[in-house]
Amino acid sequence: MSIQPATDAAYSAPPLLAVEALSCERDERWLFRELDFMLSGGEILQIEGPNGSGKTTLLKILSGQFNDHEGEVYWRGQPVSRARGDFLASLLYLGHQPGIKGALTALENLAWYQALGGVVDRVAGVDSVNAPWAALAAVGLAGFEDVPAQQLSAGQQRRIALARLHLTPRALWVLDEPFTAIDIEGVAALEQLLLAHAERGGSVVMTTHHRFSDPSRLRRIQLGGNVDGQRPALDEESA
Amino acid sequence: MRREPLIPLAESNAASTGSLGAAMAATLTRDLRQALRRRSELINPLAFFALVITLFPLGISPDKALLATLAPGLVWVAALLATLLSLDGLFRQDFDDGSLEQLLLTPQPLPLLVLAKVVGHWLLTGLPLALMAPLLGVMLGLPSAAFGVLMASLALGSMSLSLIGAIGAALTVGLRRGGVLLSLIILPLYIPVLIFGAGAVQSAVAGLPSLPHLAILGAMLALALLLAPLAIAAGLRLSVNG
Repeated sequence: MSIQPATDAAYSAPPLLAVEALSCERDERWLFRELDFMLSGGEILQIEGPNGSGKTTLLKILSGQFNDHEGEVYWRGQPVSRARGDFLASLLYLGHQPGIKGALTALENLAWYQALGGVVDRVAGVDSVNAPWAALAAVGLAGFEDVPAQQLSAGQQRRIALARLHLTPRALWVLDEPFTAIDIEGVAALEQLLLAHAERGGSVVMTTHHRFSDPSRLRRIQLGGNVDGQRPALDEESA
Repeated sequence: MRREPLIPLAESNAASTGSLGAAMAATLTRDLRQALRRRSELINPLAFFALVITLFPLGISPDKALLATLAPGLVWVAALLATLLSLDGLFRQDFDDGSLEQLLLTPQPLPLLVLAKVVGHWLLTGLPLALMAPLLGVMLGLPSAAFGVLMASLALGSMSLSLIGAIGAALTVGLRRGGVLLSLIILPLYIPVLIFGAGAVQSAVAGLPSLPHLAILGAMLALALLLAPLAIAAGLRLSVNG
């Protein structure tokens, strides 16, 4: 797959997300120090590292949820703290917990997210009423729309959360272990979805131990093992 | 999975801040719907309210005149404690299942979304408590002339209780055992509402005008409506940050 210029000028301009000298300390231990990287439209950034190396913390900092850190995160050249409204309107974050209510059906769960994200009239050629149905079908949950989520398996509940990727178009996806509890077929589909998002000019930051079958557009950051002030290795794999 | 047609992201982005009203309504209906499917949790504060009031005539005296003088205070204290009991769950489940962090990451103003949640809490606890109160008033020998004021004062006051209590719930949601701390934070703030709420009913029992008390309850509610959502939002941000 060759890298094409992003379709939209706003997304090909300055890096979407830039991180400068980011350090975070937990329990008198540096999770990471002096982390610098940039992320432009069309890139997928994979954060790797052993358990407890601060991957989730880094994602929380990047998504503006966690302020107890040194250094600065920039969104389109502005500190996130100052461009918060614009940043949140472009962010889709999926955390460790899927954010799905067991007592509600898949459709009811998505309806809330659809309203919170602003009901988009047309997503990928589908109008706003049919969009949740289409999103659930796209993650392989056709036929489970009206089943309370607590009756679904863990993997299916994760898939409801993943349906949000189809439902709410956002430029930056921050995903914490998106491949957890997903079967082989679902993993391949999700990988395709992430690549399609990057192809459209969007960006993805995620933690996963999954190996992409198609490493184009993929960059990796290795966390952990950086003893006292050593910079973490930044391993650029893609063109 | 089929590839989606490529849509320019910027175009969709413009629409994605959406309407605030729709987001608030969706948050409210989601909370109501979910609570109505788990009825046992819904009934807890109401059952507590009824049980406490039932025990008083047995524990104090069946003397009607004595109970009638105590009734305004008893009903109000029981309603206040029932509200307090229900508050711990206000953000707990959202915190555990990850929807709280999603709520904090929406581009919509958080205080207003939180207000929708508190209104949901009031509709499910405060309002049923107010509607149930006359029944328990009968049990305590409360004169029927005071029923209207009892319901009005509870309806007004319990909304303030929900709003103020939600501040404590937001601050303690990150703690595993936040219940006692929540009571310690919240109870001092509940005292003015209790005084004027019970005062309204007392003056109705005594045949005095209760409107001044109700007006003060209304003023407290107005103040709480204005300030509490900001405090709740800040409390939630603090809790999630820890």
